[in-house]
Amino acid sequence: MSSEAPTSAEYIQHHLQNLTYGQLPDGTWGIAHSAAEAKAMGFWALNLDTFIMSLLLGAAFMFVFYRAAKTASAETPNGLQNFCEWALEFIDTSVRGSFSGKNNMIGPLALTIFFWVFSMNLMDLLPIDYVPHLMAALGVPFFKVVPSTDPNATFGMAIGVFLLVLYYSVKMKGFGGFVGELTLQPFGKWGMPVNLLLEGVNLIAKPISLALRLFGNMYAGEMIFILIAIMGSTWVGFTMGGVTLFGSQILLSLGWAIFHILIITLQAFIFMTLTVVYMDMAHQEHH
Amino acid sequence: MNINATLLAQTIMFALFVWFCMKFVWTPIIAALDARKKLIADGLADAERAKQDLELASKRSAEILREAKEKAGEIVANGDKRASEIVEEAKGQAKIEGDRIVAGAKAEIEQEVFRAKEQLRTQVSAIALAGAGKILGREIDAKAHNDLLDKLVAEI
Repeated sequence: MSSEAPTSAEYIQHHLQNLTYGQLPDGTWGIAHSAAEAKAMGFWALNLDTFIMSLLLGAAFMFVFYRAAKTASAETPNGLQNFCEWALEFIDTSVRGSFSGKNNMIGPLALTIFFWVFSMNLMDLLPIDYVPHLMAALGVPFFKVVPSTDPNATFGMAIGVFLLVLYYSVKMKGFGGFVGELTLQPFGKWGMPVNLLLEGVNLIAKPISLALRLFGNMYAGEMIFILIAIMGSTWVGFTMGGVTLFGSQILLSLGWAIFHILIITLQAFIFMTLTVVYMDMAHQEHH
Repeated sequence: MNINATLLAQTIMFALFVWFCMKFVWTPIIAALDARKKLIADGLADAERAKQDLELASKRSAEILREAKEKAGEIVANGDKRASEIVEEAKGQAKIEGDRIVAGAKAEIEQEVFRAKEQLRTQVSAIALAGAGKILGREIDAKAHNDLLDKLVAEI
């Protein structure tokens, strides 16, 4: 918080600012203290909050699954193993539903995406002021707790998926086959430039739509949480307006949070399913 | 909200997580699931086989029981037959024995009669001789009249 009583604009900006580590204007390396400073850092800067949160969340769920996997046996499963097996079978079923090829990597890929995205999205349900205030108390100026509201995270994953799509396209169809797919359809070899344009857009749209859909949904959801939070921030004492705003904030936060449970799960599922579908396309000769 | 190196970090992290998941999570759990699937399938197959075995065994036991009953009936029938045979045999033997005894008795009686007749005859001849001697008043010379006496004895 920049001051004792921030304006709404400051409050929103503060909440949307990542904790960025990079080269400061004076040449030293450190944490940016304003959006302008973070912007000035250019590409070679790291959003520490996104990085730390996604690492923690990913490591946490990997640890849980790893523990279950370590003791996994054909005998009667215990609670944790039950849950992990259920999750795995759920992922496996939806992968089998949309992926027709044979690739042992798709299952783990889908599992990782679903649970990683889900746990990152889940951070959206934390009361939005808690973590930033806690961090402020620790001397950290900004902390965006939801990694999936940072386009770096979503694009990072989408690029990972895109690289896999490219890799398997080339592996399955050969380099020539892949290039042919991009240039020889839908209009045959005489329409090559048009084909390339259409198919190129088609190809590029995959990672972009993946990343932007998740980012957009999470960012918008976070934004609405922030706006709801502002309602009650103008606390003026026990007046009619003050109490109404305060009550509305609680009700709206509750409603939006409940609705958001659906959204975060859905977005994780969509990201996973689309990844599987894209991988399936990469594996098929013609689509 | 700037695109920066976090992008690369996230991509690398993503790749590492996928790798980790594939190696240490997915493979062992899927292996466990497959193993359990096999275990259950085997168990069901065993149960099915056991059921068939049981059916077979009960069929077999019923057959054995039926055979035993048949055999027992046969044995009883044989026993009855044998018993009646023995009775018949005994009856036959008794009859033969009886006949034999009766025949023996008859022969003995005949012999006895014959002997008695013989004795009677000799006695009669002696009486006749004595009577004749008395009648004639003299002793008949047995030697002289032996042929006469024999003739007489034969006539009686």
